[in-house]
Amino acid sequence: MTQVESFHHALKFKYDLCIGCSHCTGVCPTGAIHVEEGKPILDSNRCIDCGRCYLACPVSAIYIEQDDFQTIYNYKFPILLLPSIFSAQFPERINQRAILSAIYHLGFKYVYEVEKSIDVLKDAMIHAITDDNKEKPVISTYCPAIVRLIQVKFPSLVNNLLLVKPPLDLTSLYIKKAFIEQGIAEEDIGIFYVSPCAAKIAAIKSPVGDKKSHINGIINMNFFYNKVFRIIKQGIYELRKEESDFDSLSRNNLLWSLTEGEINLLPEGRNLAIDEVHNVSDFLEKIENEDITDIDFLELRACDESCAGGILCPGNRFLIAERQKKRAKKSNHRVSKKENELLKYKDYLLDHIGVGKVLPRSMDKLDDDISVAMRKMKKSFELNSYLPQVDCRICGYQTCKDLSDAIANNQADLKQCIFIQRILEQTDKLTQAEAIKINKQIWGDKKFDKNTLKGMNLE
Amino acid sequence: MDFEYQIEGGDFTNAGATSSAVKKILKQLGVNPEIIKRTVVALYEAEVNIVAHAYRGSIIVNLEDHKISIKLIDEGPGIEDIEKAMEQGYSTASQKVREMGFGAGMGFSNMKTNTDSLIVNSSPGIGTTVEIINYF
Repeated sequence: MTQVESFHHALKFKYDLCIGCSHCTGVCPTGAIHVEEGKPILDSNRCIDCGRCYLACPVSAIYIEQDDFQTIYNYKFPILLLPSIFSAQFPERINQRAILSAIYHLGFKYVYEVEKSIDVLKDAMIHAITDDNKEKPVISTYCPAIVRLIQVKFPSLVNNLLLVKPPLDLTSLYIKKAFIEQGIAEEDIGIFYVSPCAAKIAAIKSPVGDKKSHINGIINMNFFYNKVFRIIKQGIYELRKEESDFDSLSRNNLLWSLTEGEINLLPEGRNLAIDEVHNVSDFLEKIENEDITDIDFLELRACDESCAGGILCPGNRFLIAERQKKRAKKSNHRVSKKENELLKYKDYLLDHIGVGKVLPRSMDKLDDDISVAMRKMKKSFELNSYLPQVDCRICGYQTCKDLSDAIANNQADLKQCIFIQRILEQTDKLTQAEAIKINKQIWGDKKFDKNTLKGMNLE
Repeated sequence: MDFEYQIEGGDFTNAGATSSAVKKILKQLGVNPEIIKRTVVALYEAEVNIVAHAYRGSIIVNLEDHKISIKLIDEGPGIEDIEKAMEQGYSTASQKVREMGFGAGMGFSNMKTNTDSLIVNSSPGIGTTVEIINYF
């Protein structure tokens, strides 16, 4: 069984800004982008929302959708759910009290840090990992881009995924429950999440293996950082004196979203932490072959330096990680100022911690019918043997192999290859005019306009 | 459809290359992930056997609509007693090979559990031929 419906993506192209350079095509770990008429086309079934394209785009023509900030005022109780690395985006001289005060100034009534629920999650994780019936290695589902990567590229490993809710879902579940218990109407509670990446947004909008998210709105971290920083700079906020939720996170909670944050919580065993999506892909390839065995747990994150390297983090990932570790160290030295209120709901949360089965949705398949797939593959292999293996992307695809597959699927033509064009021109099987026409179909008219070099001295 | 791959004896760094290539092909054909896994695990064992024991070998993969057959033909010392080699835990691996994590004597039994049909033929002093068949 395969999940077939198309997936929600948080990454969108601004075609008016796009200069058709195809850098996004080149960096995509699943080959989800190709170029037509000078514009990137996204294969929605392949994209895992990791955001490598967003970072590679030289003209910021890729954006991450977010909800309208004004919607926070539609709720009587606008609540902010903040990843703890948010405060690590700011330079050291700006303290947490100022950050928190500025957030209240924006109109939020309550602020919680996402990682509060890790004290509960940790027990469920250890329980699952030590379960002998669970397929090993158990693979963390914390990073939503990795869950999607496994679905599309490593479908045989879906049964290894740890089927528990991520901290974000647990904490929002707690907030809803606690507020409703205090007699507040559900429609008055608006939970807003500040996201460090596109994958978490996509996971909220179309959750994998779960029904519906409790998040009412999403704010991009870089956008929110600018808003908060401006208020701090202008000094227009009122400094709050009372204790804040920021004081209730333990050292382990604070380190969670950094690399090794999960494996540091686990008992002795063979637990590995790997970050950056290409590194993860290489490693899963070996796990799938059973070339690497006897691993108990894999913490896999799509970004280099894990969430400190989130594509929407405004700060430098190494500095963010450093600041976060400093804060964790400090919290270790003092007795927690404030008790973690969430622990009162531990049993309730543990009852709801499970998520539904994650289904494979292999992207590689050439056709639903195996015999047709076999014919297409034969054709693709033959075509690929004529291609130069330069992977230059001039045909609009990431690799020569991708072009061969597209031709076998009747989505492209062999003449899109610039080397094949030159060969055909030599034997008069293709005119220069025809070749230019093909190239214009891939890259748009502008890049091949003969008037472009007018006035330039070419001698 | 046929594919052929060459294997060098002793080249542990590249052991597994054929398994990876076959895995990619089966994924593109849309074969059930469970069957892909079984096939790849069996092939990987057989591939490593050539690397560990033989001088060189070739792997011929034949694909039909609902069947994959893989023939691994090597030039090497061959197997004296095939029945014994098929037993769990039996191994002739040298210390050097065992230190690298291979040669625990689980190879053939692991291959058997992951294949629909496994045929092993050998001529001592000449080489071994292993044929793996899985249906999908």
